[in-house]
Amino acid sequence: MKRHLISAADLTRDDALLILDTADELARVSERSIKKLPTLRGRTVVNLFYEDSTRTRISFEAAAKRLSADVINFSAKGSSVSKGESLKDTALTLQAMGADAVVIRHGASGAPHRLATWVDGSVVNAGDGTHEHPTQALLDAFTMRSRLGALDGRRITIVGDVLHSRVARSNVLLLHTLGAEVTLVAPPTLLPVTVQSWPCEVSYDLDAVLPKADAVMMLRVQKERMNDAYFPSAREYSRRYGLDRDRLARMSEDAIVMHPGPMNRGMEIAAEVADSPRSTIVEQVANGVTIRMAVLYLLLGGETQ
Amino acid sequence: MILIKNARVLGGDPVDLLVRDGVIAEVGTGLTAAGSTAIDAAGLIALPGLVDLHTHLREPGREDAETVESGTRSAALGGFTAVHAMANTSPVADTAGVVEQVWRLGQEAGHCDVRPVGAVTIGLAGERLAELGAMADSAAGVRVFSDDGKCVSDAVLMRRALEYVKAFDGVIAQHAQEPRLTEDAQMNEGSVSGRLGLTGWPAVAEEAIIARDCLLAAHVGSRLHVCHVSTAGSVEILRWAKSKGWNNITAEVTPHHLLLTDDLVETSPLGSYNPIYKVNPPLRTRDDVLALRDALADGTIDCVATDHAPHPVEDKEAEWAAAAMGMIGLETALSVVQEAMVDTGLLDWAGVADRMSARPARIGRLTGHGRPLAAGSAANITLYDPAPRTAVDPHGFASKSRNTPYEGMSLPGRVVATLLRGRPTVMEGKLV
Repeated sequence: MKRHLISAADLTRDDALLILDTADELARVSERSIKKLPTLRGRTVVNLFYEDSTRTRISFEAAAKRLSADVINFSAKGSSVSKGESLKDTALTLQAMGADAVVIRHGASGAPHRLATWVDGSVVNAGDGTHEHPTQALLDAFTMRSRLGALDGRRITIVGDVLHSRVARSNVLLLHTLGAEVTLVAPPTLLPVTVQSWPCEVSYDLDAVLPKADAVMMLRVQKERMNDAYFPSAREYSRRYGLDRDRLARMSEDAIVMHPGPMNRGMEIAAEVADSPRSTIVEQVANGVTIRMAVLYLLLGGETQ
Repeated sequence: MILIKNARVLGGDPVDLLVRDGVIAEVGTGLTAAGSTAIDAAGLIALPGLVDLHTHLREPGREDAETVESGTRSAALGGFTAVHAMANTSPVADTAGVVEQVWRLGQEAGHCDVRPVGAVTIGLAGERLAELGAMADSAAGVRVFSDDGKCVSDAVLMRRALEYVKAFDGVIAQHAQEPRLTEDAQMNEGSVSGRLGLTGWPAVAEEAIIARDCLLAAHVGSRLHVCHVSTAGSVEILRWAKSKGWNNITAEVTPHHLLLTDDLVETSPLGSYNPIYKVNPPLRTRDDVLALRDALADGTIDCVATDHAPHPVEDKEAEWAAAAMGMIGLETALSVVQEAMVDTGLLDWAGVADRMSARPARIGRLTGHGRPLAAGSAANITLYDPAPRTAVDPHGFASKSRNTPYEGMSLPGRVVATLLRGRPTVMEGKLV
């Protein structure tokens, strides 16, 4: 495995399977009454969050703590960042503090790539702009594998704002690596103009794709996008691309419904669908901790101080 | 008196050039002149001093990035004897006072002639015309007007500007960028931007403005110059416009758009998302680069202009979206043109002289530059050795800034000497 996890493309098929298998083992730890492992004792993991994302941050924090790492949370709000400190100076500070891994969430695509040029520790991308969110893709794959079995040949449909989605980019890359067949569904305005070059199928018609899907992943769609004319109204979006009860009924019986959260209930996903037994949304959150443990373990565990 | 011995004028057979009182006095073989300083130019190409239509000298306002002094030293080292200083300074060069200040600073520096470009609109705001006539009548004698960095996107304002400058033979140099199509745009819109999640900068945003401006310029019979053309589609539009006989339309291309492509943002050995490649207009695709080369070769694009855009280190050592746009280019321009145009067989040295000296001088209405290397011409001369191939080392640059995309890249050629009206500004590759 590479030293950093910045893009899902950094992972070979063997790397990805190793992370998923490691997560399987670590999941058993989470079932014990004492959840902690001593693996990363004495190692320092910094959560460097330039965007508010409580769910992702606490997921990484829980993962690091269960592996006994020291965790430092560095939040853009109320830190030196608000005084205008550059990413590079922050990186040099973390470097001086001896961070073994830096988990970064940043609003600018590519910020983790830049960070990796300034620090010696491992960089884990926890979401950069509209680029990637590889641990989300890993936890999604983990969730799918536990429900559906091996992903080779499985048909996964990802629906929504692909253009602005880091979740979609990472999922397309990782699922392709794992042998799944991905179909993206979105209004044409919310797809990159060059999406044909991606390793997946593309459709504008959700109803045509749904019956064949083994898993349907709904992406969060910001209502404000209608102000930029990406679609006429939230209602029209919902009618054409939302997953409601009727559409759920037309899906295959074993197919699952996923969402990376946070959801817009009533927009891209109906409440009854989100809360149905077919939904894996809560499982995805639990699996997030496990998969991030596996990533930190594999990136840091092999080294000795 | 300077006697240049055995120079290959425009790449031709070796001849001698005798320079006296700032003028080329004699061209021939076996010349001698008692009391003259001899320059051995054996193996060197002699070109008329290069003229840049598009240089950011940053003074006044951003003297941390560049000054007229440092920028013109950089220009001389690159073989330039005249540069056009862009108007997006602070304060903006939108009054006679500011353009005269820049012009005077250029005179004092003395490394090359500095022709200030005047802003088209007050503060580059795209709302009201600046006092173009006052700038034209000033000591700076402005003939090129541009809101470069911003597009004069209002069609009526553009029409009026084109018409107005006819009174003093001015030209509007348009930065063609439709603003709505490029809000928050970060790099060329294509497969790379799609993968990297960077907001796309579509080719159509440039092409639509160029098409509109060509039609406007033809309608009112004015001079239009299109800055830094970057797409194959723009080339097609310009080719069409010129085929209509609209000879008042000219265009430039930068060295970097002749050589570099947008995939460097993803796969450069200097790292992914390295803002050293962030530039406006953005680096495009291989197909665009090849179309631009062909257009420069066949004259559809009239000239090379550097768009030398210095930035301090901290403005580039940042995440992509936060980094400044622009690259320096004066000291690498001729080498890049050799690499992209001469060594590929698309252009000979006479062609280089035309595209980097004669035509830009003509567009800028700059007398005394871009003249043939013949008896009677002002002795603005660049001596260039096309033979050596070296890795670009920005630490030796005279520019205050280091934001070159060519660091470590192997490029051909070296400027050996530059003469400004007979006075050496560069000798042995070093500033005099």
